[in-house]
Formats: sequence, structure tokens, C-alpha cells
Amino acid sequence: MTDFEPVIGLEIHIQLATRTKMFCGCELSFGDPPNTHTCPVCLGLPGALPVANARAIHFGLMIGLAVGSQLAPRSIFHRKNYFYPDLPKGYQISQYDEPLCLGGQLAEVCIHRVHLEEDAAKLVHVGASGRIHASDASIVDFNRGGTPLAEIVTEPDLRSAEQAGEWLRLLRTTMRQLGVSDVNMEEGSLRCDANISVRPVGTRELGTKTELKNMNSFRFIERGIRAEIARQEDILRSGGRVEQETLHYDPDSGRITSLRSKEQAHDYRYFPEPDLVPVAVDRQMLDDAAAAMPELPAARAQRLEQLGLSEESARRLAFEGELGDYFEQALAAEVDPAPAPQALANWVLADLLARLDDGQSPADSRVTPAALATLSGMVAAKQVSVGAARQVLDRLVAEGGDPASIIEVEGLSALDGGDDLAAVVAAALAANADAVERVKAGNAKAIGPIVGYVMRETKGRADGGEVTRLVGEQLGI
Amino acid sequence: MSADLLELSAAAAARELAAGEIAAHELLGVYRARAVAEELNCFTWVGDGEAPAPPPGSPLGGVPLAVKDLFCTEGVPSQSGSRILEGYRPPYTATVVERLRAAGAPLLAKTNQDEFAMGSSNENSAFGPVLNPWDRTRVPGGSSGGSAAAVAAGLAPWALGTDTGGSIRQPAALCGIVGMKPTYGAVSRYGMIAFASSLDQAGPLTRDVTDAALMLRHMIGRDKRDATSLSFPHEIALPSAESLAGVRLGVPAELSGEGIEDGVLDSFMAALRRAEELGAEIEQVSLPHAPHALSAYYVIAPAEASSNLARFDGVRYGLRIDDPAHPNDLLGMYTRTRHDGFGAEVKRRIMLGTYALSSGYYDAYYGRAQRVRTKIVEDFRSVFERVDFVVTPTSPSVAFPLGSRTGDPLAMYLSDFCTVPMSLAGIPAISIPCGLSEGLPVGLQLAGPAFSENKLLDAAHAIERKLAFDPTPARMAGGAGGPDARDGGSAGAGA
Repeated sequence: MTDFEPVIGLEIHIQLATRTKMFCGCELSFGDPPNTHTCPVCLGLPGALPVANARAIHFGLMIGLAVGSQLAPRSIFHRKNYFYPDLPKGYQISQYDEPLCLGGQLAEVCIHRVHLEEDAAKLVHVGASGRIHASDASIVDFNRGGTPLAEIVTEPDLRSAEQAGEWLRLLRTTMRQLGVSDVNMEEGSLRCDANISVRPVGTRELGTKTELKNMNSFRFIERGIRAEIARQEDILRSGGRVEQETLHYDPDSGRITSLRSKEQAHDYRYFPEPDLVPVAVDRQMLDDAAAAMPELPAARAQRLEQLGLSEESARRLAFEGELGDYFEQALAAEVDPAPAPQALANWVLADLLARLDDGQSPADSRVTPAALATLSGMVAAKQVSVGAARQVLDRLVAEGGDPASIIEVEGLSALDGGDDLAAVVAAALAANADAVERVKAGNAKAIGPIVGYVMRETKGRADGGEVTRLVGEQLGI
Repeated sequence: MSADLLELSAAAAARELAAGEIAAHELLGVYRARAVAEELNCFTWVGDGEAPAPPPGSPLGGVPLAVKDLFCTEGVPSQSGSRILEGYRPPYTATVVERLRAAGAPLLAKTNQDEFAMGSSNENSAFGPVLNPWDRTRVPGGSSGGSAAAVAAGLAPWALGTDTGGSIRQPAALCGIVGMKPTYGAVSRYGMIAFASSLDQAGPLTRDVTDAALMLRHMIGRDKRDATSLSFPHEIALPSAESLAGVRLGVPAELSGEGIEDGVLDSFMAALRRAEELGAEIEQVSLPHAPHALSAYYVIAPAEASSNLARFDGVRYGLRIDDPAHPNDLLGMYTRTRHDGFGAEVKRRIMLGTYALSSGYYDAYYGRAQRVRTKIVEDFRSVFERVDFVVTPTSPSVAFPLGSRTGDPLAMYLSDFCTVPMSLAGIPAISIPCGLSEGLPVGLQLAGPAFSENKLLDAAHAIERKLAFDPTPARMAGGAGGPDARDGGSAGAGA
């Protein structure tokens, strides 16, 4: 049976966090009463004219710099013509063959282009279903209409749904870091379409692609792409042909339905927007964009690796920027003894995250970065055992507070290698004769019950390594 | 008394208003009474109620202004001559109307026009044709036909129009008045209901060149709401030249021979001889691509229009016609609304433009038309290295009988043969009356390089003085309702 390889490219729309809309002075809003942020321009009233938002162009240039695009010294807006009630002028002002940014790369994925355009208004379908089918009426809210969008189009460089999801998270972090967008999928400030095809492994020619529209969460994007890959593979395996069409993924049913086929494809009749002048990017605009650039995730990952973190930890902290921020705040906390970077990263990425709700950020928890740094430092200095420290972390997550006082109040400080611990070890050996025999016979793993006994007796305060050493010492092996 | 008021040019009225010789409300009252009684169908709306007093010390001091229907005027019908916008009252006012109001020119009336400015005879208006005050069986030209006829008939001191391919200059010529299309970008388009964005430009229709300069002075300037508007490099001066000494006039062979009526050509040539007497040097020049201008124009303008007019979809304003059997059918609503709301010529141009922009045809039509446009720009550039201005007849014919070209779109389109090249080049051009042919006015067009308005107005002023064309008989007849407009005398009975 033929093995297939998916080929995926993404088209991402990002609402830019400007103060005003792309072509008029109306303020951007989310959740305000309908049609309260409108004017003749964004309502498409007769006689109204667009004026390009300089801040949106600035943000577009920053995105271009972030992905290493070639920034066009001159780009132009085009009209994309089609009729729909959410499009008040009967055309969308977008960019076509002369976009603001060309080419580029983010991590392993090449960028085809980045361009600016305006968002459509929002249609609210009134009636039982909430979907357009079987609704009684559709109401248009023009508050969103005219919001600046950056459209980022990738080359077809992604090879799996998971990779697409991970890359999209990196893009989101990058955009957030740039401060150009809220990049919130639930609120629609980050939207993603995927172009998907499959081909037999080892071939170079691209298969017929389909476009999967507007998936509104990371989970659905991965699921939707997976479902579409499976659908195409089934078609090819049964000797069929994939049709070029635009598809909709319904996350509730998991079903993929066709929105329109190639024959129904729109002819958008693109032509240069005569109401706007070309965007001429001058030295000053480039300097301003460059000056506004923060450290980006890829650079941050490199810097974190240089601190001694594993590549995996560094990428995760850098690509999920909030984790990286928390980690760096903890690392910067002046605690004595100081934690080691990798150990501290493990405390953040493994122990702390495991104790938080799904999706909860460490910054929103009761555990302050300094508290986690203190705990990690005390473990490193063997002032508290790992087991006891985990109990402390439970308390911190539940109630907050200072780890050192919790350790003191609860008597959780590490037992040193003195007589007290030796006595507990002796009692453990006496109580686990079977295990002692097996350890003596060379089965190192059999030490488990003995160590477990010691930990129970000491409420986890004993250091595992020290216990193992004492067992060996007392058994003479 | 009122007849005297009606005799005043806008500039003269502004002087008398400033001197306190006449009162603004009195002048407005006289013109309102004329406008309400008019029989040429010039107006789609006439103001009543109390007009706001002109701002103190404003340079125009209260000279009333007639404004083409397609300019948005807050709370006042702005319909662009179309059924699809019947009764539409915008929530804002066009920049240029606002500027003129601030300078002291209150809104007198809105003027009839060809629907969405598409036409050369004013017969494409949803509100009926406008009659030419020189001969009521003839068209006033278009698309600013209501504005031109109103000024010619003395129903307004002056009027605002728009010119896309000749829509100010051609009706000005056919009505025996002055009409000017400024440099593209000189006047804000914000609030002008668009026909073809890269060509549309507002301009004055006036009784004489001085009035044109005066109105233009208060129209120009960068508007931050129109990205294509420009800072005009200098103030518009009132023209004073009486000589053309040292002025070189170029007569393009392509626009002054074939296709021009004999009577028009005779009148034009006679005017050139008078210009020579004023000291002008006249030479023949060539605009080799000008004969292709009309073809390029009828691709570019409809292409832009097909997109500009997409917003009239029945969703937010204007006409909406649901399918009674299927009230939820969106496509049906679009189709019925646009089918019933647009007139035949508008639909013809939407179809032309849609076709020209279609995938697979774009390069052959729109792309090629834009290349022709570039060639025409270059033609003018090289001509202006040799001469100061290009002179042509404004219109190939005098005013034609109502209905004579409505069945033949190509014949109608040829009305703009001499004016379209300047529109494509974005350069300023003015039409002044230069004589009569068959008792009907003939227009002479002068065009200059971008931003040469002051020199252009000066040259036009000198020729105007020399020719001493008298438009008065026609002007004073319009509201009186006499059987022959030219015999109406100066009674000003409408007031």
C-alpha cells in the first residue's frame, strides 16, 4: 500500500492592534453594542473614501522584519470585488501582486508573502440554529468591518497537522511578542485557513489541494487538517481523484463539507485601488519599524540555550512566551542558594504546569517566580529533598506563600546523613527482609520498598541519594 | 431690482455683499424664487427655510451655490441622478461643498445630472432630461447638465459640477458658459458619489472666467480624507490678463479636424484668429495617441464604475426590492434592486467594466487601456515642451436635439472626443464660449500642464474679453417660460 505525505500551507489572518481601523478613524472594538463604531467610510456610504492607516503599515513592516521578508519600497492596494452583505463597498481593499512584504522564513517554514487588507463586517444569524442555514434573518454588525488585517501566507512547507499546530503557536508568540496583535483565536484576532494536499512519499509533484476555511481554535486546526488528510488519502487509495474545492470543517461532527468547487470559484476582478496612492516605504518608516522590534522567540531560544538549557526546554520557553517570561523572572530573582537554569526550567515546565489547570499560565497562579526559584535553589543545595519540595509546591499552588517558611513550619527540611537517618534506614532493612535478600543478590531495583519505607517514615524529607548510599553502607555492598 | 441682482456675476455679487450694497438673504431669496419656478428641470431639490448666515467676513459673503446632485449634502437628497438613491439623504457633506459654504456660498439647490455622471446629454437622469435654455428642444450636454443649464439660464449665480471625461466642459460649451476641470487631485473628491475614481474631479460652472477662478480658489487644497488630493502649490489668483503676447497655443491636428462639425470648426478658427490678434503664437501640434483616448476611457471608466457602483446593493441605504415570493433570497434581492434601480446606460457600463476586469481579459482590456493612458500623458508632456496650452473645440457639435443620440451609444460617446484626452492625462482644462453656430453656443477648450490653473485662467480671461461673447439673453429667459428662450429678454420674471 502506498504511503502518503501531506503537504500543508497556511494562510493566517491577524487583526492588527491599531487604535483605529485600516481606512478610517473609527476605533477598534470587541464586544461593544453593534454598529457603534462606524462612519461613512467603513459603512461604504456613497462618496466616502479610504485613507490608509500609517500604524497598520508600521505593524506590517514589523511583521516583515520578524520573518525576514523583503520589504517592498513601493506596494499598492487592490480591490477584490465580490458581493456579500458583510462587505459594504462590494469590494475588499487588499493587496494583490505588489504586497508590502515578500518572502521570508519563520523556523522551518518559508513565508510566501505578508500583505495588508481590511476585515469584513460580522454577520449574526438570527434564529434557532445560529448558522446561516435555517436562520430567520441575518444582521450585519459593522463594528468589525474595516479592522486592519495582516495576511501571512506560507509556502507549502508543513508536513503534518501537529507540525502545523506547533508552527502556528510559534507564529502566535512571535506576533504577541511584536505587540502587533492580540492573536486570540477565540476572539477572531487570529484566523487560519489551510491548503492541504497529499502525494505518494518520495514524489515531488504536488497533489490537488483543497482549502480548509477558518478553523477557530488550535485544537480544531489540528483535527481539521488530520481529518482532511485522511479524507484525501481515502479518496486516492480507492482510486479516486481529489477535487479542488473550498471546504468547511465542523468540529462538532468532525465532518468536512464543501463550500464551493473550482467551477464556482469567484472571479474577484482585482484591479489597483484608484482611491489610494501607493505605499512608499521610506528610510524613516524602516528605521521606526526596526527600532520597535523586540527580541523574537527564535532569538530567545538561542539565548536560553546559551544559558545551559536543553534545546527542547529553550524552544518551549521561547515559543510559549509567557512560560519564558515566568522562567526568566524566576531566574532573575535574587535568591540564595541560586537555582541552576535547567533544574529551574524543569520545575516550571514539568512540576508547576502539571499542577495548574489546562491553559492556566504560571503568571496567573499563586506561585510567584521568586518562590519557585527559592524552592529550586533549596533542592539544588540539598536543603530539601525533591519529594518534600513537591509537597511544598502543592501548598504553594493551593495557597501561595514562601517556601522557606512552609518547610520550616511543616518540618520538611532535609534530614542530613547523620544518625537519625541511619537509624531509619536500619529499621527499613529490618522490616523488608525479602527486599534485602534480592538487593544482596544483585537486583538493584529491589531497593524500592526499602527507600519507600524510609520516605514514609521521614515524610519525604530524606534525600533519595543519601538513603541509597546508607543502604549500601549498612548492607556492606 | 431683482433683475439687477440676477445680472450680477458671482464675483460682482460677492463685492456688493461685502460692501453692504445687497443682503445675502435677499440674494438667496431671489434665486430661490427663480429656482422653484424654473421649467428646464435643472434642479432635483431647492432649499427653503432659513439659510444659515454666511460666516462673518467670509470672502463669498453669501453668493448662493447650485450643487450637482452627486455631491453629498447632509440631510439633503443626494441621489446622483439615480433611482437607486432616490430620496437618499447622506449624514455628511462633501469636503468641497463644505469649503465653499465656509467661504460664504450657501447651498441654493441640487442640480439634475446624468445618472452617476454617465452621459453627455443629461437624458440618463432618473429625474428626467434637462432642457437647454438656448433651445428647449435640445440637450444641455452632460453629465453636469443641470448645473450648466441653471447657470446659463440665470437660475443660479454659479454651480458646482464634476468632470470625468468632459462632464463640466461639454455642457458648459453647449450652454454657452464657462466650465473648468482642475488638475486631478487639486480638489478633494471626499463626498462626491464616485463614477470613475481615477478621473473624477469637481470644478466650477460659471458665467465668466473670473467667477471660475473665484470658485476654484475656495475649492482647492489637500484633504486628509482624500488620499489622492494634493496640496496646490499656490493660491488661485483672479485673472487680469488682456493680452496673449508671447503665449504659444498648440492646435492638435487630431482634435481639430475630422469629426468636428463645420459650424463649430468655423467658430473655433475665428476665435483662434482673435487670439492671434492678442499676440498669441499659434502652431499645429500632434497628440498622436489622442484618437485612442476614447477607447481607453471607455474601458477604464466603466471598469472603475463597475466596482464603485457595487455598494448599491439594497443592504444599507437606497432602493431595496425583495422578491416577494422569496424574501430571504439574497441574490434575488441584489438582482431585483440593481435591475430596477439602475438605468440602461449605467447597466451597460457596469457590464462593460465587469467584462474588462474579468480574469483572462484584464491585460487585453484594462491593462492595454492603462498603457494607452500612459502614452497620452507622454503626448501632452512633449507638446507642453513646445507650447503653453493646447486649444481645441470643446465639443464636436453644438447642442443636439433631445432624443437624437439616445439610441446610439457610440454617437453619444463621441461627444467627449475632445475632452477625454485631458481627463486621462489628469491636466486642467477650461471651456469658454467662443461664438455661435446655428444660433447655438460653441465652446473653446484650453488645456495646460498640471497645476497651470492660474496661467490657464489668465489666457482664458484674455480671450473671453476679446471675444465679448454675450450669454445674457439665454440666461435671463430660463425661468420666464417664454416659447423661445432666446427671445426671453432680461425680465427675470421668475423672481
